[in-house]
Amino acid sequence: MALTLMKGSEAIAEAAIRAGARFFFGYPITPQTEIPEYMSARMPEVNGCFLQAESEIAAINMVYGAAGTGERVITSSSSPGVSLKQEGISYIASAKLPCVILNVMRGGPGLGSIQASQGDYFQATKGGGNGDYHLLTYAPASIQEAIDIMMFAFDKAEKYRVPVLFLADGIIAQMMEPVEMPEMVDFKVDPEKKPWAATGWKPGDDPAKRAVINSLYIETEALSVHNEALQATYREIEKNEVCWENYKTDDAEIVVTAFGTVSRVVKSAVDELRAEGVKVGLFRPISVWPFPSDALRETACRDGVKAVLDVEVNEGQMLEDVKLAINGDKPVDFFGHLGSQFPTTEEIKQKILEMKEAK
Amino acid sequence: MSVVFEKTQLLTDKPFHYCPGCNHGIIHRLVAESIDELVKEGKLEAGNIVGVAPVGCSVFAYDYFNCDMYEAAHGRAPAVATGIKRAKKDTLVFTYQGDGDLASIGTAEIVHAAHRGEKIVTIFVNNAIYGMTGGQMAPTTLVGQKTTTSPYGRDEAWCGAPIKMSEMLAQVPGSYYIERCAVNNTANIVKTKKAIKKAMQYQLEGKGFCMIEVLSTCPTNWGLSPVEAMKWLEGNMIPYYPLGVYKDKGAEAK
Repeated sequence: MALTLMKGSEAIAEAAIRAGARFFFGYPITPQTEIPEYMSARMPEVNGCFLQAESEIAAINMVYGAAGTGERVITSSSSPGVSLKQEGISYIASAKLPCVILNVMRGGPGLGSIQASQGDYFQATKGGGNGDYHLLTYAPASIQEAIDIMMFAFDKAEKYRVPVLFLADGIIAQMMEPVEMPEMVDFKVDPEKKPWAATGWKPGDDPAKRAVINSLYIETEALSVHNEALQATYREIEKNEVCWENYKTDDAEIVVTAFGTVSRVVKSAVDELRAEGVKVGLFRPISVWPFPSDALRETACRDGVKAVLDVEVNEGQMLEDVKLAINGDKPVDFFGHLGSQFPTTEEIKQKILEMKEAK
Repeated sequence: MSVVFEKTQLLTDKPFHYCPGCNHGIIHRLVAESIDELVKEGKLEAGNIVGVAPVGCSVFAYDYFNCDMYEAAHGRAPAVATGIKRAKKDTLVFTYQGDGDLASIGTAEIVHAAHRGEKIVTIFVNNAIYGMTGGQMAPTTLVGQKTTTSPYGRDEAWCGAPIKMSEMLAQVPGSYYIERCAVNNTANIVKTKKAIKKAMQYQLEGKGFCMIEVLSTCPTNWGLSPVEAMKWLEGNMIPYYPLGVYKDKGAEAK
């Protein structure tokens, strides 16, 4: 298949359509506005629905409405807008509605900046809205990877009945890369496969099959049962859906952890240091919830590894998961950048060399 | 023996949890009967009905309306209904919301659903108080009315005059039909049902946004008996919230 040069936001939007998404609800916010723009032009061509909502709050509640009918529904936003969506995301998670949510991260807190950042890791992986829930969360490092994840994201969302979150950043949305775009998937709502969806129950049908899309369990016992079922799903996801990349870690003495686009800067640093004979490698979580703890332990806690370095464009958020996985068995250092400034290859190399010399 | 009366199909057998004298029971029944009739008249497929419940006293409406139902976050029912209607164009979609839900926390969602001319029907039950949380002041609470958060009576200088949603939404270009009703006597109950059914019919004809506001009592939180509450509604609420049609593009077109 031929490669096409595409902008990230447009490629991700096109991939969503090819994966069967026919409903998009969103609100403009930099640096992801090209996604709603693209959808507004493209959805009518596939008999889909693009609707600009009055707010991110309304958009996520439109997702709740449309996803409850069994259709493939997607929304996108950037950090402050995703904060607004948290109420709806919590309801969607509890009501077990499959959908895809894109967060094209920018700097925070508050209005922050409009440049790329990784400051929403905590929000994405530790909650965000109220209650005990998780989103199956992927952090793509390239446009192609975002496309490839999109092609199975709806399947996973429907399999587990959970929202899938893309924790991307402004760089992925704004840059251009040559990509291979997959074929269009033929998707139709199958009421048999989605007995929970509002697909046309009528009086006289089995009362148990009436769709009630809901997150209210006023009796504490009933809420316990509901939450236990949610947690069982999360344990299942943790067992089956963890994914990561190991890059030159086999004989590494220093293992660097990084997610999303900054991992590509780390890769360059690894390559350059390898050429100088430094044994360094990269461990990159692709699913950040569930976090690949066991895989990281296998990579970083074996003999021969002297230290771990976590690199993020934030104050050290994934760092907590890295430390939990390493559990004190190796020293863990951190190199972060704040204010949406991405570190250079040189800076990361410098940090790794300092760690090496300190040994 | 011929059947002279049947329970409406659109209500489940679950007993209402509402307080004695509360008007929700009557209003639920009118909504259900209206939909039932449209089905019997062949204007609507029995499987093409979806309702959206609010947060408030009618939060459990999904247990009572005998069709596919959603429970929305507080105030968000019009946005949820938008998502449903856009995905299922042939489906009759209605929201059922109280005044805290619609006139306070959900103002953005209701205004913009009306503004887009969203083809949904909103049943807006206005009892001038937050019932479920135990009788706090709502944007619709009358001036001087005592509630648990306006113990000295609503002070207009401090928190404004009660908001009139029907008047307001009638001004939004996208709204199609807006009427304010009450269920305080038989004549008004009949009028309310007519209004609800007309709104549903407009939706089936693909017209725009319709809202029926129904003034309602809250004997429990007003601290009145059901009979006194109905009198209070007649003497205080109806004068401030006049009944009538605020907009009917269908009638204008005739």
